[in-house]
Amino acid sequence: MNKKVIPEDRKIISSTHVKIGQKNQKDQVHTEPNEFFYGVERITKFFTGSEVIQSAIKVSHCDVMVAYPITPQSEAAALIGELFADGYIGDYFRGESEFAVMGQCAGAAFGGARVFTTTAGPGTLRAMENFPMWAGSRLPIQVCVTCRGVNSPLSIQPDTLEMSYLLETGMLIWHAETAQDLYDFILKGFIVAEQPDVHVPIAVCCDGFFVTHTKDTVDILPDDVCLPPYDPYKSPVPCMDMECPPVRMMRDPFIMKSNYIHYATHASWQQEIHAAVERSRKHTIPFLDGLIDIENGDRDILIIGSGTAVSQSREAIRLLELEGIKVGLIKIKTIRPFPHEEVREALKNAKTVFVPEFNIVGWLAREIKAIVPDNDKIIAGPHVAGGMTMPSEVIVVEVKTALGLNVEKIKM
Amino acid sequence: MSAEKIKICEDLYDIMPPEYQDIVENATYGKEGRGWKDIGESKELIEQHSLCAGCPESIAFRYILASLPAPEDTVFVGSTGCTSLVFPMVAVHNIHSLFGNQNAIATGLKRALMVRHPDKVKDVVVLAGDGATVDIGLDMTMQSWFRQEKFTTICFDNELYANTGGQESGLMQKGFVSKMAPVGKLFDKVRLPEIAREAGCHYVVMMTSSKPNRVEKAIRNAVHVAREIGPTYIQIYTPCILEIGKQSMEGLDEMKDSEGIGGRFTYKEYVTDAAAALIKEMDDAEKAAKKAAREKAKAAAKA
Repeated sequence: MNKKVIPEDRKIISSTHVKIGQKNQKDQVHTEPNEFFYGVERITKFFTGSEVIQSAIKVSHCDVMVAYPITPQSEAAALIGELFADGYIGDYFRGESEFAVMGQCAGAAFGGARVFTTTAGPGTLRAMENFPMWAGSRLPIQVCVTCRGVNSPLSIQPDTLEMSYLLETGMLIWHAETAQDLYDFILKGFIVAEQPDVHVPIAVCCDGFFVTHTKDTVDILPDDVCLPPYDPYKSPVPCMDMECPPVRMMRDPFIMKSNYIHYATHASWQQEIHAAVERSRKHTIPFLDGLIDIENGDRDILIIGSGTAVSQSREAIRLLELEGIKVGLIKIKTIRPFPHEEVREALKNAKTVFVPEFNIVGWLAREIKAIVPDNDKIIAGPHVAGGMTMPSEVIVVEVKTALGLNVEKIKM
Repeated sequence: MSAEKIKICEDLYDIMPPEYQDIVENATYGKEGRGWKDIGESKELIEQHSLCAGCPESIAFRYILASLPAPEDTVFVGSTGCTSLVFPMVAVHNIHSLFGNQNAIATGLKRALMVRHPDKVKDVVVLAGDGATVDIGLDMTMQSWFRQEKFTTICFDNELYANTGGQESGLMQKGFVSKMAPVGKLFDKVRLPEIAREAGCHYVVMMTSSKPNRVEKAIRNAVHVAREIGPTYIQIYTPCILEIGKQSMEGLDEMKDSEGIGGRFTYKEYVTDAAAALIKEMDDAEKAAKKAAREKAKAAAKA
């Protein structure tokens, strides 16, 4: 699975799984990833984000999915249950809380399964203790996070604040802008996360409601193909199924010793997790065509963002262009690994940079400011929070105000 | 796992650690009718431990590992606490992840093993302390029983949080003075065996580890019932001699004192009809096998 096959036009890691070409329990042909993503002819559908998640899982040859209701991911989680009823998924059940669900996912992954789950907002935070455990245990579980508010008073509205809590868990974090992104990120996410030299969990995030509950055109794969199976015996840690010899993992237990060797063991383990996240670049870059997308990157004014903030910015840029103001756009696709070099290079010549975000703290702006030398040119905004939409006009006003131009009142 | 899988390739034999050579040559993987009597006769599946001298948990651990019907196809799920000091030295796969989520882990694990190995029997056994089972993990413990997950839950009940230094736990007896119960525990010991029965466990045992043959029987029954019927629960008193002010040689006496008539750990079991039928079937088969062996031996002696 880890052998590199480089077709001339697509430099992506391919699979050498023995089951390629064979059919699974639903007569779907396990298809080599190059062919799967770029060779197989797709079908255009007009789907909600929830249906997109279901469609992706339908061709993912997923072994176990654990579900729990929380808005706005409940519909997707229930739709995957229908896939189970139809025989596409090995096992599926409702857990009792997000903390338990993420434990159940971990148990299934320890047992060598390809595992998928979905969560959102307060669910992500309730499950939080599990995420660094997944990473530390090298479990390539995929969780689809449909971002929503985590504040009190209770809110079910879209807000990306929860992503900031995931940043240092040791997971891969990808942020989908559109339904198409969501579909491709889920499927490509399995392949990247399961690479033996990566083998850490992945959170594929999208903005709740804006992506999950709106309809969009999306090109999906036909039902007669699916990903190659996950091969747990290529994991960097033993698969816990007693099909390989049990090893005595350490001379002494991993806790309770206050000596340098134990500190060093833990420190090096953590270094390895974060190194694995960085190593995912070499698989992710060809798969996603880079960690960032650049449109008109040579302009003096740039907007940089992730998720649906990018869509809103694209429209704002069109409005600004009507007034003769030229603005470029940078879309960040992977938050972890963070595209340090790419962003630094892309912002090098810009004079003013805006970071619109769907959260109150502006965590993405903070990430960007931390890596750009002349970071006084970064304007952290506009921000909306608590479920507000971000009209393109708000971005227009932010840009024009910063440029010292006259701003008309926005007519709502 | 076939016992063949742990065999060492000849060329590498001499450089393998002696413990591993010993495991391959002298352990009881794949042995029919293995049990506590193998202790001392063959290589145990536990290689040292760093528990306190005389800790009853260590002997319970050894009995349990010796009594597993099929260690070569058994995966353990542990939790944080004293047990997590032992698991790294155990020759069966075992998972430690967080504190209290052991029954959630076991749920996912058992289901994944059933999906991935539909033609094999893979036993999953949870082994955790009372804090993990009853306090922080109670919802996951019970929910796995409600769902009829097919694995065994073993609780090492030492009636307190031992590893963190002897704090009050839900299984502590009422009135006991400990850390975090400065005026004595104010409520009764949680009746988890009864809760287990009501929550859907098919075989429930409350016991101490003072009698190895009893532990062996309970483990054999619990694993087989979990495999064939549904969830099982065993609660074993493994007193923390350190935290109740006993000497290292007093663990056995403590267990014996507590299991007399009217004691906190008087042996009790709850068995559903289905489980009782399965256990009878196993007992009959065992008796028949023993009888056959005896007759064979007699015949051999005559000849």
